[in-house]
Amino acid sequence: MSTLTLYMQYIVNGLTLGAIYSLIALGYTMVYGILKFINFAHGDILMVGAFIGLLVYTALTGDASPSAWTLTAFFISMLVSMVACAILGMLIERVAYKPLRNANRLAPLLSAIGVSFILSNGAAWIFGTQSRRFPYPFENEPMHIGSISITPHQIVVIAVSVIMMVLLTFFVNKTRMGKAMRATSLDQPTSQLMGINVNRVISLTFAIGSALAAVGGILAAFDFRVYPSMGTMTGLKAFVAAVIGGIGNIQGAMIGGVLLGILEAVGAPLLHIPNGMKDTVAFAVLIIVLLVKPDGILGKNEREKI
Amino acid sequence: MGEILRIDNISVSYGSIRALSDVSMSVDEGDIVSLIGANGAGKSTLLKAIVGQEPLKKGTISFAGETICQTKHHSLTTDLIARRGIALVPEGRHVFADMTVEENLDMGAFMVRDQSLIEKRKAEMYDFFPILGARKKQKTRSLSGGEQQMMAIARALMSSPRLLLLDEPGLGLAPLVVQDIFSKIKIINEENKVTVFLVEQNARLALRTSSYGYVLENGRIVLEDKGEALLSNEKVQKAYLGA
Repeated sequence: MSTLTLYMQYIVNGLTLGAIYSLIALGYTMVYGILKFINFAHGDILMVGAFIGLLVYTALTGDASPSAWTLTAFFISMLVSMVACAILGMLIERVAYKPLRNANRLAPLLSAIGVSFILSNGAAWIFGTQSRRFPYPFENEPMHIGSISITPHQIVVIAVSVIMMVLLTFFVNKTRMGKAMRATSLDQPTSQLMGINVNRVISLTFAIGSALAAVGGILAAFDFRVYPSMGTMTGLKAFVAAVIGGIGNIQGAMIGGVLLGILEAVGAPLLHIPNGMKDTVAFAVLIIVLLVKPDGILGKNEREKI
Repeated sequence: MGEILRIDNISVSYGSIRALSDVSMSVDEGDIVSLIGANGAGKSTLLKAIVGQEPLKKGTISFAGETICQTKHHSLTTDLIARRGIALVPEGRHVFADMTVEENLDMGAFMVRDQSLIEKRKAEMYDFFPILGARKKQKTRSLSGGEQQMMAIARALMSSPRLLLLDEPGLGLAPLVVQDIFSKIKIINEENKVTVFLVEQNARLALRTSSYGYVLENGRIVLEDKGEALLSNEKVQKAYLGA
């Protein structure tokens, strides 16, 4: 395999990883856009999403070998998990963040870290700490395009992510509530003057962000398996992706995620970084981007950051 | 026509600083009423109190016969007050800068559920403010100050409010643009039958446009009268008209 095709292969792998980062980064960025607050429990929502997806999928299929039914069951479990996580996200906001909305900015941040512990330790308590395999709902035989190989799993990840992002873009730009969400993130007091109920917008933001995290969690589960602390590193990297893209900016989160995934997949072999150190790439990229453009790629030149 | 807005003995404080003290006033339906006063007299605070953005220390505000604001925890939230039919064009315009002119108008019509009605009103606004029609696909941040002010007024009118509150509509704009905006306000009042309550530092223009006026000094109403009467009032002339 020539070096070029080798790197093309890395890019395909990176795109898959990046699509997952993007989905999760969207939740961080949407919440930040409206509340100027980093929801550090977001990574654990993706873990809950992966568990729910896995439970529903196993309940529906047992350990059946891939068929049209397992694929259908896979999408059903994804849908169930999205709905469940949307409700969980709204609930967390109500219980843990809303009462602190007018408090010191550190208070909700600490509350979020608390929620994060509750979710991951709760999952460990219920499911145990061992990791579980998410069975492939389809035959995962790699296909070859030229000398690059791509697995059905990768195609599903990219396709589902693209669909989700297109839907979100449509929602935010074309629908009444989507526009209200943008208005609220731009200017909350003025959006209230328009008759917009900001509490509802905030709930909706958490619902959508958490549903996207559920999808991200399930898609990540094939590669990384399912375990209570699975959200920590993936969530952290998705947060990095959101910051790289410009936190608060929806397109930025999409771009930041894909960029981070590709740089990680290409950067590690290029710089001969051993596997165990692979995660350093993401944070090195973060540092470089912040040095060059402190507000991220699409970030506004606002001087307010935590 | 009867009274549409009634402010009864309200006080507002920022910490230990009194911004409004025992303010009472009323606006009759169909009128243009103005509130004049120097910087820091409490004019914006009064408008913010009406829309529920400043909590009252005491007193009540009622709209169309129903109490909308009173002391803490009993007031309606801003979005519910907007739903009653009060639209505020805030000081400094507060357009949604990253949204297009059209999207801003859509937000103004957030409470309107009938899409064809929204389209009809947008067409009316583009008719009334032709510059907005020409720029409807542009981001609002690219508009000039005067255009943004018109946009903010058009956005407020999209909900077809009964009462339009304007906070310093002439602030920072060229005199000709200010004239234009005030003549539009007059038309909005006369043709669309919208009651207008405006706060303005440009006392002469405000009082000329209004049928009734109030003078606010250090958080207290010190004078009230018909617009033209205030214009010829010696005290007002001295303090606010530079005569």
